[in-house]
Amino acid sequence: MRTICFYFQVHQPFRLKRYRFFDIGQDHYYFDDFSNKTIMRKVAEKSYLPVNQVMLELIKEYGKKFKISYSISGVCLDQLEMYAPDVLDSFKQLAKTGSVEFLAETYSHSLSALKSKEEFTKQVKAQSAKIKQLFGQTPKVFRNTELIYSDEIGAMVAEMGYKGMLTEGAKHILGWKSSNYLYTNAINPKLLLLLKNFRLSDDIAFRFSNKAWSEWPLTTGKFVNWLNAVDPKEEIINLFMDYETFGEHQWADTGIFDFLRDLPYRVFSESNYIFETPSEVIEHHQPISSIHVPYPISWADEERDLTAWLGNELQDDAFDKLYQLYDKVKKCNDPEIEKTWNYLQTSDHFYYMCTKWFSDGDVHKYFNPYNTPYEAYTNFMNALSDFELVIDSKCVKKESRKPKNQDLSEEELTRLIKNYQARLRRMKVKNIK
Amino acid sequence: MRVLMFGWEFPPHITGGLGTACFGLTKALAKIGVKIKFIVPKTFGDEDISLVNLLGAENIQINQRHFNYEEFWNKITYLEIGSNLIPYVSPELFKKLSEENKLDGVNFKENTFSASFKFSGKYGKDLMEEVARYALIAGALAAMNDYDIIHSHDWLTYPAGIVAKQVSGKPLVIHVHATEFDRSGENINQNVYDIERKGMETADRIITVSNFTKNIVINRYGIDPKKITTVYNGIDLYNYDNGNRKPDTLYNDKIVTFLGRVTFQKGPDYFVEAANKVLKKYKNVRFVMAGSGDMLNRMIKRVAHLGISNKFHFTGFLKGYEVDEMFKYSNVYVMPSVSEPFGISPLEAMRSNVPVIISKQSGVSEILNHALKIDFWDIDAMADAIYGLLNYDALSRFFVKYGKGEVDNLKWDNAAHHVNEIYHQVI
Repeated sequence: MRTICFYFQVHQPFRLKRYRFFDIGQDHYYFDDFSNKTIMRKVAEKSYLPVNQVMLELIKEYGKKFKISYSISGVCLDQLEMYAPDVLDSFKQLAKTGSVEFLAETYSHSLSALKSKEEFTKQVKAQSAKIKQLFGQTPKVFRNTELIYSDEIGAMVAEMGYKGMLTEGAKHILGWKSSNYLYTNAINPKLLLLLKNFRLSDDIAFRFSNKAWSEWPLTTGKFVNWLNAVDPKEEIINLFMDYETFGEHQWADTGIFDFLRDLPYRVFSESNYIFETPSEVIEHHQPISSIHVPYPISWADEERDLTAWLGNELQDDAFDKLYQLYDKVKKCNDPEIEKTWNYLQTSDHFYYMCTKWFSDGDVHKYFNPYNTPYEAYTNFMNALSDFELVIDSKCVKKESRKPKNQDLSEEELTRLIKNYQARLRRMKVKNIK
Repeated sequence: MRVLMFGWEFPPHITGGLGTACFGLTKALAKIGVKIKFIVPKTFGDEDISLVNLLGAENIQINQRHFNYEEFWNKITYLEIGSNLIPYVSPELFKKLSEENKLDGVNFKENTFSASFKFSGKYGKDLMEEVARYALIAGALAAMNDYDIIHSHDWLTYPAGIVAKQVSGKPLVIHVHATEFDRSGENINQNVYDIERKGMETADRIITVSNFTKNIVINRYGIDPKKITTVYNGIDLYNYDNGNRKPDTLYNDKIVTFLGRVTFQKGPDYFVEAANKVLKKYKNVRFVMAGSGDMLNRMIKRVAHLGISNKFHFTGFLKGYEVDEMFKYSNVYVMPSVSEPFGISPLEAMRSNVPVIISKQSGVSEILNHALKIDFWDIDAMADAIYGLLNYDALSRFFVKYGKGEVDNLKWDNAAHHVNEIYHQVI
């Protein structure tokens, strides 16, 4: 039996409003509620609601035979609660079917794995708790922001007790190997890795509606033929993609919903594939080897590396400046500050500062509320400057408010009192005159 | 005295020092009874400032509350010619703009003269072509009107002045607010230079805005010094609201401001380097670069690279009232221009009680005593001056107190009298 493993990333960032220099020190709210709400509603209507409906129908029709998995970022869940409770309800319905697995990730869809183990662990726990609270299941498999992975990140994840992790089947780490098997982490072999089959995944996610593509139009028949053409010894086809692929990146009129609706039928009738969730894949399959990833990879762009978020001066500076606040935020222990801190960590803010204009730049532009990366950077830095001021005024000053006269010597105190008395005397004299 | 003046933008369309200067001067001339026909190229409608924004020009506030327009318009006839000419635009940028069709969509019908002057209907795609076309219209206008003298402001309108002089035989005065050497350093555009020199040679008299500029005209263009007179610009003293200082913010940091087009001429890079030096020694300070321009992105990158972005902020292009607001925030104003024929912005800062640091390579440094003057390239001296003004309140108070008095004496009325004298000398 061969397996198809469907996994969808559901994420929306808290976009920043236009935050100007003049706002620093005065306005302490950085988020663009209007555009966040508008975008969430738009995506809900075009994508989340209709595709959840399709998923529910498919599960109803095929029962436990049709399986899917999601990771929904904490920041997205927060926004669903605020702006799209209808979408949240439909996810809850999906959770109840038993055919859906929810994965763990960082609460704020952050890049914290690259910076601080402590912060990373904290965020993953927060996310996991939120999933448990909303959907009644504790995630067992981990998926990092944008499938970012390295040996060390894998080891951290293993240490936290996760059995499996998802990442990209990047060519430059696989070499001649195939993504269609289970692998293990190079440091801790207990952690099993599911690698994205980027060709078949991207056929749906990116190329589906591309009329210049030689395989257009993509039909379920054609797709199942490709699945059958995979070497019979290979076991798992991991189809990982943005959930917004359905209805938002590929609009409804491209036929993407019909494709999805028809796919399980084709798979069951014309191939020997079954559907499994990541946890089931880990349970039912054996890893074939370990895989070495000394430098972090991701699922983004041609390079499959971090350059969409980090690497240019703007991104690196913003990233460093943000995490310089880590200790202060921690000491502060204030829920409001924690919340903003979380929202500011979302990787999208750094994505907007990307200067790779060509090829993938188009994709970047599509998701970008700013005209230029420079605007994105200055806006973020302005907000961050204010955030630092807020932390300082709320927390740091608290400490320094301890009575100061303890440090004064007796001599100084006497001098101060004398001065004060002298001034009083002068004032009295003036008043009399 | 009747003057045919080829000038630039009027309120509310002020994009920079040139427009402010034309406005201030004509207003003061009108006051002493000079009759002016003021001709401007009109590019965009009142609502469209995107182009201004794009060019990164400064938007300098003209306070309209305290100005009686009606009286002004009685003495001045204002004529607009449909044209794509914009100040601060190089031939290269013009080409780019017209290729991007940024200059299209101009309503030709609004042009006062479209009825009598019909041209090909399209604006020149090439800046030189457009300058020539503008001169042609100017010639036609010159033939139709009566006046005693012709006055042209900056190179884009020199050809118009030359044509008008040829048509009418009246004397031509050209007013040099900037030269190609200020705008482009040593990499001058030869065509622009040629037009400038032709204008200077043809002119009966040349007015320069400073001796700094006068020397450039003498040394770089080979013009007879006897023809040249320096007339310093003035500043409008509308009731500036000094009452409100910086609004309450969470920080007590002092603010050091650069305000202007972020271009080669204005020396923004020296400001960034000096800021970096100051920040190493002095913590309670923030730097602000207000304005936009072709060097902005490079500056942002540099600030990120230096790792001072939490203390160095960018505002982007500022609108008129925001400029005033910016001054209210500022504790020190720096104008590190590489080559500044005059430089009105430090005067505006001083008017708002902000002490200023200006480069010696500016015309305004010739007339100001109560400003710290440094060479634009000397970032150590610049950092030193900034540090001094931040740290020693006495110094800063001194500059504010006496600087204000100095600015109050720079009146357009004086400049207008001076210009009027020059008119009388040539007719």
